[in-house]
Amino acid sequence: MADTPMVAAHHVRLGSNSGQPMTRRDGIAKVTGTATYAADNHPQNLLHAVFAGASIARGRVTSLDIKAALAHPGVVHVMTPDNTPALSQDPDQKTTPFTARIDVLQNDKVRYAGQPIAVILAETLEAAVEGARLVKATYDSDQARIGFDDGEAFAPEAVGISTPPKFSTGDFEGNRKKATQSASVEMETPLQYHNAMETHAVVAEWDGDHVTVDMPNQAIGLAKPGIANYFGIPPENVTLRSPYLGGGFGSKAVLFGPQMLGILAAREMKRPVKLVLKRGQMFGPVQHRSATRQTVRYDMDADNRFLAFEHTANVSTSSFDNWLDGAANAGLSLYATPSISVSHSGTRFDTGTPGAMRAPGIATGSAVIECAIDVAAEKAGMDPLEFRLLNYAEKDPSNGKPYSAKALRGCYKAAADSFGWKDRPLKPRQMRDENGLLTGWGMGTSIFHAPFFPAKARAVLRKDGSARAETSGADMGQGAWTVLWQMAADGLGMAADDIEFDIGHSDLPDGSVAGGSAHTASAGGALFAAGNDVIRQLAEIATQDKDSPLFGAGNERVLGENGRLFKAEDPNVGESYTDILQRAGIEEIEGKGRGNRDKASTETYAMFSHGAVFAEVKVDPDLFQVRVTRLVGAFAAGRIINPRLAQSQLTGGMIWGVGFALHEEGIHDKRSGRPLNNDFAGYHIPVLADVPHLEALLVDEEDPHVNDLGVKGVGELGITGTVGAIANAVWHATGVRTARYPIKIEDLLKGAQALKA
Amino acid sequence: MAFQISLKINGNGHDVELEDARPTLLDVLRERIGLTGTKKGCDRGQCGACTVLIDGRRVNSCLSLAVSLDGAEVTTVEGLSDGDTLHPVQAAFIENDGFQCGYCTPGQIMSAVGFLGETGGDASAEAVREGMSGNLCRCGAYAGIQDAVLDAQARMSKGGKT
Amino acid sequence: MKAFDYQRPETIAEAIKAASKPGASYYAGGTNLLDLMKVGVRTPDSLIDITRLDDLKRIEPQKDGSLRIGALVRNSDLARNVDILSDYPAIAEALLSGASGQLRNSATVGGNLMQQPRCAYFYDPHSACNLHEVGEGCDALEGENGKHAVLGWTKTCIAVHPSDFCVPLAAMGARVVVDGPDGSREISIDEFYTLPGSVQPPGSALKQGEIITAIILPSDAKRFAPRARYIKLRDRTSYAFAIVSAAAMLHIGDGRIKDARIALGGVAANPWRAREAEDTLNGAEANEASFKKAADAALADAKPSGDNAHKIELARRILVRALKAAADGTPPKMPDLPGSVFAVGKEAR
Repeated sequence: MADTPMVAAHHVRLGSNSGQPMTRRDGIAKVTGTATYAADNHPQNLLHAVFAGASIARGRVTSLDIKAALAHPGVVHVMTPDNTPALSQDPDQKTTPFTARIDVLQNDKVRYAGQPIAVILAETLEAAVEGARLVKATYDSDQARIGFDDGEAFAPEAVGISTPPKFSTGDFEGNRKKATQSASVEMETPLQYHNAMETHAVVAEWDGDHVTVDMPNQAIGLAKPGIANYFGIPPENVTLRSPYLGGGFGSKAVLFGPQMLGILAAREMKRPVKLVLKRGQMFGPVQHRSATRQTVRYDMDADNRFLAFEHTANVSTSSFDNWLDGAANAGLSLYATPSISVSHSGTRFDTGTPGAMRAPGIATGSAVIECAIDVAAEKAGMDPLEFRLLNYAEKDPSNGKPYSAKALRGCYKAAADSFGWKDRPLKPRQMRDENGLLTGWGMGTSIFHAPFFPAKARAVLRKDGSARAETSGADMGQGAWTVLWQMAADGLGMAADDIEFDIGHSDLPDGSVAGGSAHTASAGGALFAAGNDVIRQLAEIATQDKDSPLFGAGNERVLGENGRLFKAEDPNVGESYTDILQRAGIEEIEGKGRGNRDKASTETYAMFSHGAVFAEVKVDPDLFQVRVTRLVGAFAAGRIINPRLAQSQLTGGMIWGVGFALHEEGIHDKRSGRPLNNDFAGYHIPVLADVPHLEALLVDEEDPHVNDLGVKGVGELGITGTVGAIANAVWHATGVRTARYPIKIEDLLKGAQALKA
Repeated sequence: MAFQISLKINGNGHDVELEDARPTLLDVLRERIGLTGTKKGCDRGQCGACTVLIDGRRVNSCLSLAVSLDGAEVTTVEGLSDGDTLHPVQAAFIENDGFQCGYCTPGQIMSAVGFLGETGGDASAEAVREGMSGNLCRCGAYAGIQDAVLDAQARMSKGGKT
Repeated sequence: MKAFDYQRPETIAEAIKAASKPGASYYAGGTNLLDLMKVGVRTPDSLIDITRLDDLKRIEPQKDGSLRIGALVRNSDLARNVDILSDYPAIAEALLSGASGQLRNSATVGGNLMQQPRCAYFYDPHSACNLHEVGEGCDALEGENGKHAVLGWTKTCIAVHPSDFCVPLAAMGARVVVDGPDGSREISIDEFYTLPGSVQPPGSALKQGEIITAIILPSDAKRFAPRARYIKLRDRTSYAFAIVSAAAMLHIGDGRIKDARIALGGVAANPWRAREAEDTLNGAEANEASFKKAADAALADAKPSGDNAHKIELARRILVRALKAAADGTPPKMPDLPGSVFAVGKEAR
């Protein structure tokens, strides 16, 4: 890729845009209702599509009665396996990364409840919805298997994204024998469903063998060839538009059956088709977080230092695919220990296939680890913060690598000070508030990887001084429209207001996946590099132009800022971009860029963002309703491009921690396999009244190794640590540790009754 | 049974033809009139994304039959600003970063406008939290939402637009 | 949603005539009925839209001191009504503890009484449920039933009534005024709801075509105004149905309880009036021991309908809490978290 230069040097100095707490550049569109989400598109001659879902979780459809649906006024067609053409690629094949096995009416098999078994196409939405209700299926059904006791056990080959299911280091057995005491915790975590506010949707329109698809997508560069493969067309014949996503959280990174059915229907009907999932349909075909059954054990020496860490996780997946949440890998790089043994086993449920959900693996695993740490601290008779500091990892315990940067001590201190942690009594059930509510304080450590994806970007500077920067990247709410814009402007040495900026479209250079908390570093790095490439070319022109004040400045650094090129050593010597281009008679300069992470750094360093979260809960002493009255987090994630938006990402993650700890649980009927709470009245997520006080402090951290810009992610960091902090605070308030998440009123009641007895 | 209804939406009259009585106000706004600012999050009255004002009151448009509203005045997020001048609630949502993905935002904003009208401008932070709890935000932008509503309340009580 | 005929009558008489046809259903706020139609468990042939019957939108004090509330009064308007706030504060607190601001702006008093259970199997057209059709059976019995009934249930149905508003109504003995093909009548709220039997699922006393026109709050309930609370246990701070709830109203004089009114929510297919508990309180001192005795009496006949034995203890405790809170006095100002377990002071805990 010689034509896409990388950023020139480490310690790159970003310009004046980065670091500013700018308000969102898509703000006006979003508060006036003009931001266009996929389902807002309405091409002429549109047909509405709604799919009918299976009411069994395992078996096959033996007959489909579609007469009543077809007879319903407005219904024009019903797609069933009998009349649906084969896709060009078997949807059980995985030919591109981030592919899931999907159900696209290719056969009569049923693999989970809610799987599409027919698609109804109608002139109105109302007719399509009713048509779906009128489809009557009969089944040959097998007993559904839901839950770890009923599901089929298997030994997985990998967890998460191609991570080994087992890992060990050090003399684990030997160290265990040396230990003077140990702490262990067993807990279950439930199925959790992403439930972005925007349900998955597609509007598809074919023109010959070219298709235009409006579809929320976190990975446009992967979706484009993916769609092309399914439909047997070249990737360049796919136009995918995804300027705004109504939330993603991992669930919009891969292609799903219902959306492919919408595209297929449009091709069959030769008309534009809109297919929007109903909320209830979000609990099957579009992924979820695996359920887990975990055990975490820490063994300690007489000085309360860890000797051995063990984490096992039994993790759910579907009957037909293999994604497993890597819960037991969450603690590999967390606390100092000379020996580690972690392993995963798998259990197949008759549900849809799980996938990455905000902080995959780490959220799930750290929810249990942080409880085990507090149990160990209690055994050690130590304050949980002091205990964590005693077992602070100076090097990654799983591989001995130094961290590329780790300002976790600063996070502990900043958050503890702001929270007022020092006054915390060691023992539980010691604090009551003025209203007699049990009050408890707990903490947890946040950690998340700092991955980096190969993104590309383009920047153009024009003779009239205008400029443009673009990459296909995605804004699902994390703030890409703003943060990437800031970085692009800095690359060009211009003010953000003075450049045009575009993302969310498949015609743009591949901005890679908006996921894994890597997007700002990856796509932002590419945009910055593209701008730098423009400046480099511009400098070349100027320094070779006798009429330029910069003539001959070849060996000196030439910088661009506010649309002006100047000598680094003497900023007074320089001229405007426009002057250079006009004199040279050049219409425009195009720059290309990709972000860079040094290969050697990857091999040398362990790269993570870190943080500390402190929680205060109040618990009714008799009724055990819990409220998280304060959450204070402090986080270190390298260079922060926009503190305002980073804080929102972090507090948003902390709120997910509240949901994980207290609310979220996908419940399926054990007999039918059907989801029982597939709506927002049953599947609770936090409301505003659940989060009265949130603080996310940003701790300075310079990471010289993670990538050229020193940028790490914040999207998933906040949820990790928070879940355990809340569980620890609930224990501190009540003296009760529950054996499962979410922490339920009835479990606290039973626990308290047991304590009394 | 077909129906002809008239709605006054954001000050403009709209005559809408319904082939039967089923369409909700939400689907009429989005699929028949082209006002897609109002969002569908659950279609069941469980998330608040579809909140609009009907005759000045905030309601879930997904649980309102359009035919029943013949003659009503409806305000949607598209009708809130005065030309290029944002409504104080809209401005406060931007300045306090009261959203991330923006999908629940029209509903949050319409709910806040309705709420501030109900409370008369002296809502405590706790009352704001309770009063806005009918609007789910999955991104978790609640810290900004709370600040935005309190900020808008302060601006509006200083003689701003109500 | 199944297509349906739609009529919007101008008078109550026209409405009754139109709704007397089998398959007809009244439509007002739409917040529950429309939802049930969307999921396909209610499929009326025709909707009789009564939203323009302005006679049903008034709140009128009666000569006998009672308060008549028209069936189409919206929940939010009722909760803000000055007579309600001063004379029947537990009604306002219950209303404001339910649903969301938007739903309270749509939902009507009559519709609230007619709310259907929130059982997941009822909401699932593919599950067996006697509320879908008598004789289908009940999938909740062997299913996920941690939030189901502990009082008044049979194997026909173990669902609970979801309303908050109806709990203080039951406690104070409100009367429901209905009009219908056979004329108008008043039904006490106790008799308005029918509990499940050996075959019949729970329901209401309304006959086809009958319309709720008003609710009457008795004048004698005003004496509880200084000590009346509604407290609701939830697994989310707001916008959640009750796990269990209780309305408690006390009339205290000379250090003794002269009269008490108690009802429980979330425990049965109706808002459950606990007369035995009230009886234990008459003449008793207003203290924790009395309240615990009352709670024991209220739950004496309770039995789990599944994996929900914890609800019996929680119901006992919520009742003690509501009684303590009532004894402590109605707050001078509506709490910012109405009905919340967090909205009581130290004395009541």
